[in-house]
Amino acid sequence: MTYYTISHNNLLEFLKSIRAQGKKLIAPQQREQKIFFMETDDVSSIVFDYIQTSISPKDILFPRVEPLITYELTADALQVNDRAEQLPSISTVLFGARPCDAVALTMLEKFFAEEPGDPFVEKRAKQLTVISVSCSKADSYCFCTSVGVSPGDTRGSDILLTPCENNEYYVEVLTEKGNDLVQKSQNLFNKSEKKEKEKYLANVSSDIPAEEISKRLENAFNNPLWNEASLRCIGCGTCAYVCPLCSCFDIEDEGTQKCGTRLRCWDSCGFALFTMHTSGHNPRRTQSERWRQRVLHKFSYLPQRVQVFGCVGCGRCSRACPVDMNLKEQLQLIKEAL
Amino acid sequence: MNQLNQIAKELLTSQKVKLVIGYGEGTDGRVRPVFVRKSEDASQLIWDDRCRQNLAVYLNKTEIREIGFPIAIVSLPATVRSIVQLIAEHQFQVEDVIPIVQEGANVTTIENKERLEQYAAANPVVFPPFVVEEIENIRNKSVEERFEYWQEELSRCFKCYACRAACPLCYCERCITDVNTPQWVCVPPHAIGTFEWHMNRAMHLAGRCVECGSCTIACPVGIPIGLLTMEATRIAREELGYEPGIKCDVPAALATFRPDDKESFIL
Repeated sequence: MTYYTISHNNLLEFLKSIRAQGKKLIAPQQREQKIFFMETDDVSSIVFDYIQTSISPKDILFPRVEPLITYELTADALQVNDRAEQLPSISTVLFGARPCDAVALTMLEKFFAEEPGDPFVEKRAKQLTVISVSCSKADSYCFCTSVGVSPGDTRGSDILLTPCENNEYYVEVLTEKGNDLVQKSQNLFNKSEKKEKEKYLANVSSDIPAEEISKRLENAFNNPLWNEASLRCIGCGTCAYVCPLCSCFDIEDEGTQKCGTRLRCWDSCGFALFTMHTSGHNPRRTQSERWRQRVLHKFSYLPQRVQVFGCVGCGRCSRACPVDMNLKEQLQLIKEAL
Repeated sequence: MNQLNQIAKELLTSQKVKLVIGYGEGTDGRVRPVFVRKSEDASQLIWDDRCRQNLAVYLNKTEIREIGFPIAIVSLPATVRSIVQLIAEHQFQVEDVIPIVQEGANVTTIENKERLEQYAAANPVVFPPFVVEEIENIRNKSVEERFEYWQEELSRCFKCYACRAACPLCYCERCITDVNTPQWVCVPPHAIGTFEWHMNRAMHLAGRCVECGSCTIACPVGIPIGLLTMEATRIAREELGYEPGIKCDVPAALATFRPDDKESFIL
């Protein structure tokens, strides 16, 4: 691991040079009142002053819609093209992810690496370099520290920048990929000692012991609290779609008997259709059962099955919810009620 | 807003209603919908400028229906119009829902059909100036420019269906986009899929949208999606003479044929 400092102006130069090397640069940009991770050619359009982006960077690995195969039936043959083999090789740099997002991207990669594996996510992850920025501010929706993540977490980042005094960033180069980028623009960085970065980081209180909550959830399936807590839930997919870890998908076939495409699209357990049987029976009949599934999947089933929470505490779902369903508050309610 | 709390309390104490749906304090300075069933909880109801969600959306929710009518509901002018429209569409009866409204400086209830229709007609939805501006701006565009505008806006849509979920008039038990044997609306959130969905929704809300703006407020990617349904309703108003949400017993604008219907606006 190597350490540097870099000034804000030099950081912009660094990002410019990344783009000049022909890499795809994805960085936070503002549209209306929201902040999105979007591809950019112009580093002056990058937004720096935000607590968290409105939408997570998960679609860099797992796009909202993705062609898996295309097929074509000719007179004498059926031709099936595996779109994974046609994925473009383009080295991509994500700038401005928060440490929780970087952790989430590695978890997403692991989810998709489970048998039988996923060549789409795997290839994109290989091509991706993550330059994260530590959190010097947090809001009431943040709860990363309750789920084992921290505002200066280095996991998943190739380079982590921590804003410190004099408009400078403390730079931790964490991986070979990160080092390759820095080496190409060495003149923009100043060597540094390893710094104690705690004092530059936001204070995110860890008052929800997620592990303890996991245990309590084991017997929570029939508790009336789900109904009470989710009466106001209107059943949209916003929470799942802004979440950096929600990775349920739906397979859609588009086309005719002669030719077509099989697509993978984002899906959400908040939708009634998600569990609707062909018969018309729906095992999750009401929204409260769907909300319960969301909480149990993230805080009970995943910890039991793969020993991780399905949540990094970024708070996006709660900020984006049109009816103020607040995940952190829900966990507090569980802590008090169970 | 002591008047509001008093009214809610009386409605619950007298068992006139089983439930009062209103606004309460949420997290981080936001408001949220609250569901009051006990008179002692009526004090959590608030009413201020932050209260913008159309709460009529809950009147068709399974869990709310299981609590049972009659229900009192804290209502903005648009909420009242939604209630009238839902009655016109036979979703419930006039006596099932008691709107709690602001009339001048007073908070009061509406408990009969005449008052309901009168209030709805006398209190049109007032758009914020930026909405009026944006509508004007889009109307002045050429067809090509308009297409570009929506292409750009809808490119952010990932089909979370928050627009549908926030809409009191989107109550279909099985939405057209969820009908998948066969698939009627293209599901994937690519350019064709998002256009197909939003055009379908606008057509289904023509002459029904009460222009509350809840869909736009709910959109997590900031698309002014309500402009589409508002425009569809404007056309229904101008071409068919149909104003949604002011009469409890009128036939549906697009499901009724009249020999003198204009055909000039049909593509």
